[in-house]
Amino acid sequence: MQRRVSTLLLAVGTLFLAAISLFVGVIDLHPGEIWQGGEAFTLMLDSRLPRTLAAVIAGAALAVCGMIMQMLVRNRFVEPMTAGTGQGAALGILIVAVVFPSASILTKMSIATATALASSIGFLMIVRRLPAAQPLLVPLVAMIYGGIIGAGVAFFAYQWDMLQFIDTWLTGDFSGVMRGRYELLWIAAGMTLLTYLIADQFAIAGLGREASINLGLNYDQVLILGLLAISVVAALTVITVGAIPFVGLIVPNIVSRQFGDNLRATLPLTALCGASLVLASDIVGRVIRAPYEIPVGTVLGVIGAFVFLWLLYARPSHAR
Amino acid sequence: MRAKSLWICCLLLVVCCVLFMTLEARGNWDFVLWFRGRKLAALLLVGAAVSTATLLFQTISRNHILTPSIMGFDALFTLIVTLAVFTFGAAGYNHLPVEVVFFVNLALLIAAALILFGTLLGQYRVDLMRMVLTGIIFGILFRSLTSFIFRMIDPSEFATIQVNSYARFNYIDVNLLGLATVLTSVTLVFCWRMRRQLDVLGLGFEIATNLGEHVARRQKQALVLVAVLVAVSTALVGPVAFLGLLVVSIARLVAPNETHATLLPLSAVIAGIVLVGGQAILERGLGMSTPLAVVIDFVGGFVFLALLLRKGWT
Amino acid sequence: MITVENLSYTVANTCILKDISVTLPKGGITALIGPNGAGKSSLFSHIARLLPLQTGRISVEGLEVSPSNRQALSRKLAILPQEVHFATRLTVKELVQFGRYPHCQGRLRSEDHAMVTAALEAFGLMSLADRFLDTLSGGQRHKAHVAMTYAQDTDYLLLDEPLNNLDIAASRALMALLRRLADEEGKTIVIVLHDINFAAQYADHLVVLKDGCIEREGKPAEMVTGALLADVFGTDAQVAVVDDTPFVMP
Repeated sequence: MQRRVSTLLLAVGTLFLAAISLFVGVIDLHPGEIWQGGEAFTLMLDSRLPRTLAAVIAGAALAVCGMIMQMLVRNRFVEPMTAGTGQGAALGILIVAVVFPSASILTKMSIATATALASSIGFLMIVRRLPAAQPLLVPLVAMIYGGIIGAGVAFFAYQWDMLQFIDTWLTGDFSGVMRGRYELLWIAAGMTLLTYLIADQFAIAGLGREASINLGLNYDQVLILGLLAISVVAALTVITVGAIPFVGLIVPNIVSRQFGDNLRATLPLTALCGASLVLASDIVGRVIRAPYEIPVGTVLGVIGAFVFLWLLYARPSHAR
Repeated sequence: MRAKSLWICCLLLVVCCVLFMTLEARGNWDFVLWFRGRKLAALLLVGAAVSTATLLFQTISRNHILTPSIMGFDALFTLIVTLAVFTFGAAGYNHLPVEVVFFVNLALLIAAALILFGTLLGQYRVDLMRMVLTGIIFGILFRSLTSFIFRMIDPSEFATIQVNSYARFNYIDVNLLGLATVLTSVTLVFCWRMRRQLDVLGLGFEIATNLGEHVARRQKQALVLVAVLVAVSTALVGPVAFLGLLVVSIARLVAPNETHATLLPLSAVIAGIVLVGGQAILERGLGMSTPLAVVIDFVGGFVFLALLLRKGWT
Repeated sequence: MITVENLSYTVANTCILKDISVTLPKGGITALIGPNGAGKSSLFSHIARLLPLQTGRISVEGLEVSPSNRQALSRKLAILPQEVHFATRLTVKELVQFGRYPHCQGRLRSEDHAMVTAALEAFGLMSLADRFLDTLSGGQRHKAHVAMTYAQDTDYLLLDEPLNNLDIAASRALMALLRRLADEEGKTIVIVLHDINFAAQYADHLVVLKDGCIEREGKPAEMVTGALLADVFGTDAQVAVVDDTPFVMP
């Protein structure tokens, strides 16, 4: 019951934030003007609406992917953007940009997904070797692993003189989102919906290989499906808006603290929370130094780090 | 034995310095020597400062994986500098002499370091893993705050942030070179005189106490020295990330024993080799456009991962 | 003589030690025994100045246990904590040399070298002197640590459960060695022990703790009885007497 109410409240909150997002920006818009057509209507359709939708989709998708990754890795302190998946995607985009500059957006997307997937599998293979008694070792290794791939990206970017792109990929920013430039994110949205269909399987995978096999689950298949979904979402987010840190980490933790880990019931909440968090951060970034903007990646870097520290100390020995 | 590995490394360092000074040198020799000489001095200074700071930090935190950079130390210094500009305004800030500004920032860094890391290290039984993770998150937090404040000061300027995320070994702030030399030398003398106490500190809280050391006070002293060294190196070249970890790990491999009398000079010399040699080979020898800092980050990251995976971390 | 007066110790509202006053005699071996959680290790840590005093006073032969006396204390009282971990790679000899630190602050003189050699010989570590600690077995490593405290050349030696992780032969050898140090070199040894039989066999004086209080103290032969085991440890074990030494049947 409590969960239903919370879901409803969160849905209302997200809508409210979305409405604010539609009317906050360099040019003042009043709800009345839009229906008169003209400039205001165009602005709404070309910029504000796409931007708001992009924030909602990216936030929801990243939060859900964070939850799934935490189930697959069986550790509460990991998320795709810091564990190498996001950096892997950036590496893929960089390679496409240099080797096939004229490639279609679909090719770009496929290659970025492939490198993100390879990078995630690499991470999972390292995690398997870590001692189970050291839960905090996993996020540590995750961050360094992500950092190494990030340094690799920087290395090639310097070599190929593509440095200006690094900032775009590695710091999430919605200011460039326009009609015709964000639609790929709808694929991420679809992917997130698909994961909901097998939410139970991810929840069981979170219990571990032995428990999964005991319950008749095709563990490896769930693993691959989950990693694929994470990689697609990460790649698409990095391509369209750049890496957005910490959403996939703090949202699942907060949801799990409040409502537990029955994913079928909590994934919608996770998605709504993620969407609200990213929307709110984007609005803050737009308002705090208007008319200039602070990228959402930077805002979330600050908020997320604070919340992470709180999680680290508020959730002592049983943290996993 | 101890002398042998140190001498070999010294010899290598001299070769690197000669290469650095002479490779592809054209034009007026006086100018080349003056221009490159200052850079060389700065690189050697940074090497000694970073390696010593790392060694001290590893000793007082009793492990071979943490470094001041990994714990967000130099990110903290960058944050303090940025905060100072933000509070006093760029105009008012530029009127003050660089030395005054530096000392104010240094004092702030020492205070912040004692508060943040002093409490982290001072606990009787520390969960090392949690401490490392805290440090890394501190680092992310400080860096995010820095770029946040940067955008607040000058939203139109994007390039400056990029400069701050990697060390710039080929663009060194030589204004502070004189002051940095004096400060580093004095600090290094202190560290050298503390070497025996550091050896004891490395044995852990219980044994050091048993042998009559005041562990908490000594940790704080070392932390102040680390703060000075980090401030100097960060002011000269920016954040150095994995450089310290890389050179101290190499030093431990090469060194015949792990006393600070051996490790302090050896790791400083190795840091010099990595920086001067790396710069000479990468820029002049191979003509690569990738900065040395990125390569060090890449290699240093692997070293870090290897250290993490090798130790069972009991 | 180690004097503890009105020592209390509280962690997170839990009282670990309750107003303890006890005098540990000079000379011989004094064993601290008691059930798990009785406060043995806390008492040890306070005497060893590993924990700051909350209330009360502790002095070793009139020398106050306080931060201002740490160097003088380190020449009077050596401690061996339960588990020792450090990342530094040291050889056995280097470790034992650290035992001389309180006397020479790291600058070894000829008498310090002589003492190190004596310690290595006393513990049969000469052949292992240049081996790194991490290449040794647990028992050998432990011996090296005891040798370090021996090299410290103090009148008092405090050991916290030194028999943990040692097999029966190593345990007996260590206790025999401590016995010899007490008898031949007049050292005062205070030892926290888990195993009552080892305490009864080797100690001269027993101090029994329960729930943060000193329950009773005295000679092993008089102390170790079925009543003690029932009252303090809450188990009704039988006590046999072999060669005048009480022996708890497992």
